[in-house]
Amino acid sequence: MLNEDAFDLRRYIQRNSASATVWAVLVLLISFGLMRYENFGSAYNITSFLNYNAMFIAISLGMCFVIMTGGIDLSVGSVAAFTSVIAAYLSPYGIQIALPGAIIAGCAFGALNAFFIIVMKIPPFIATLATMLGAKGGALVISGAQTISVDWSSNFTKLGMEKAAGILPWTIVIVIILAVALWIVLECTSIGRTVLAIGGSEDASALMGLKVNRAKAFVYILSGGCAGLAGLFLASGFGAGQPLEGIGWELSAIAAVVVGGTLLTGGMGSVPATVAGALLLGLVFNILNFENGRGTISFSAYWQMVIRGGFLFVVILFQAQIMSRQKQVRS
Amino acid sequence: MEQSVNVPKPATRPNIRLHGGLLALFILLLFNALVTPNFLQLQTLFVNISQVATIAIVAMGMTLVIATGGIDLSVGAIMALAGALAPLIFLSDFGIAYPALGVAAAFILPLFVAAICGLFNGAMIAFLGVQPIIATLILFISGRGIAQVLTNGNLQTFSNPSFSYLGTGKILGLPFQGWLALAIACVLFWGVTRTIWGRYLLAVGGNEKAAYLSGGPVKRVKIGAYVICAILSGIAGLIVVAINSASDAARNGNLMELDAIAAAVVGGALLQGGRAPIFGAILGAVIIQLVKYTLLANGVEDEVALIAKALIIVAAVWLQQRRKV
Repeated sequence: MLNEDAFDLRRYIQRNSASATVWAVLVLLISFGLMRYENFGSAYNITSFLNYNAMFIAISLGMCFVIMTGGIDLSVGSVAAFTSVIAAYLSPYGIQIALPGAIIAGCAFGALNAFFIIVMKIPPFIATLATMLGAKGGALVISGAQTISVDWSSNFTKLGMEKAAGILPWTIVIVIILAVALWIVLECTSIGRTVLAIGGSEDASALMGLKVNRAKAFVYILSGGCAGLAGLFLASGFGAGQPLEGIGWELSAIAAVVVGGTLLTGGMGSVPATVAGALLLGLVFNILNFENGRGTISFSAYWQMVIRGGFLFVVILFQAQIMSRQKQVRS
Repeated sequence: MEQSVNVPKPATRPNIRLHGGLLALFILLLFNALVTPNFLQLQTLFVNISQVATIAIVAMGMTLVIATGGIDLSVGAIMALAGALAPLIFLSDFGIAYPALGVAAAFILPLFVAAICGLFNGAMIAFLGVQPIIATLILFISGRGIAQVLTNGNLQTFSNPSFSYLGTGKILGLPFQGWLALAIACVLFWGVTRTIWGRYLLAVGGNEKAAYLSGGPVKRVKIGAYVICAILSGIAGLIVVAINSASDAARNGNLMELDAIAAAVVGGALLQGGRAPIFGAILGAVIIQLVKYTLLANGVEDEVALIAKALIIVAAVWLQQRRKV
């Protein structure tokens, strides 16, 4: 039984050929690392790499949905810092309280963004910039500008430091579940298709009777919730709520999304490619660390920012080329 | 889209906007005169002028960029970069061997680098069609990184009276940088209102396509706005370094993009473009600085001040959006 509307894998791959590059580069980098460094493929490196990057994958997933609507969320880093403090405060009650607590706190900031953008009609980057400031200030106020150490006696730190069935870190298990769920939401539900339609043309979507505001509220609350989850991972993995963390995270997330082939103008994007983009960015730093370890080069921590910016620049150059080619095809 | 009907409006509407700002300024001054201890002192005036000058200078550049319908997030990073370069130059062997040349180079070279940063931003936006917020995000993050790489993350302290004049000098009893901001404002005001370049600047922001079809040098005007904004940020970075007699790449210009955007918007710049109220930007900068000072002088913590600033930005943009409808 062939239904034209049904999910078609071949058409899906064709449609996402732009993001195929990121997979190719990812495979290339991994094989480069495996050949060059002997500990690269060790279980320790793989699990700590995945564990550390789980929070970046989480915020990149939220950011991906926001960017697909043609918006942007600059508040994710501060929100993650804020929720890491909340999670640290909730840690004595165990992960079963801290997990929903951190996510709800993140969603609250997302809802604030959605309110600014949808009801007050403030441009997304101004609204989320204001939330970034507010969340940062809030995090410093509730923590008294101190790092808040977590309660080690409860099961709270198990999330960030132990592995499910002794194989995969719990954080990455949660992120995989999140990614699969969001993939299904994007490809198979009406709200997911509305998200893409809004990015294509918000006016046209509204005229077609799509629930534009509902979808926009969804993406900002989702992004806030993902940032909340990242904050939880941060607190649980490093044993402290850190109000000063999160600086530049929004850039990492945007870069990961863009590397994953999502157009910054919205209307196109892919969940798995975003995960690949986040992994790719993380891998660049992992490989740099190994190079540092071999002593061939020595990069101070300050280079990270420069390299991150340079990476984003290269990707944007590629995207600009793809977009101009698309324009030529259309006209 | 509503942007397409947004033609530069006659001068009457900005005046209403300015009066709103002036009212806010009046209320702030009155509140401070009544509540804040020692507010009506010359010392307070000096402190505020020397602080507000940097915000005002960057805000004027931001106003030009916003007038084209863009935004520049990299201003703070460019401040850090320019501020890191200057001491490196006059503390170098060359700068010590030829003090006069060294100081001159310490002014010119950082501003030249800042201009290149602006050129980079502008070229990305004009030639590649990248959204301004993304294009300037690149330097927002890596600009400060470059500054920290250059200085190895160290605080550079120095004593160089001729360079420090930029931040500590006085003309007619008032801080030098205040006069500098005023001079820049006059030049920019003349440029925006009296030159063809200024007309095109507003035309690009009002309706880019129309400006292009009527033969306007859209790309050049846009790039020009980003270059000017970057140079002004560079000047502000130098001033901060001169005031402190020290350059800290991690803190110089940190969060300045927010102050500058807030000042520009409070001063009446329309985020959709098409309006460039230069003196409005100064008024906005004064309001932002006074709010900061008021909170600080009355013992409100820095963190709460951040939240207050966020509220001001949201409120200003919200009022703007409502008026448009």
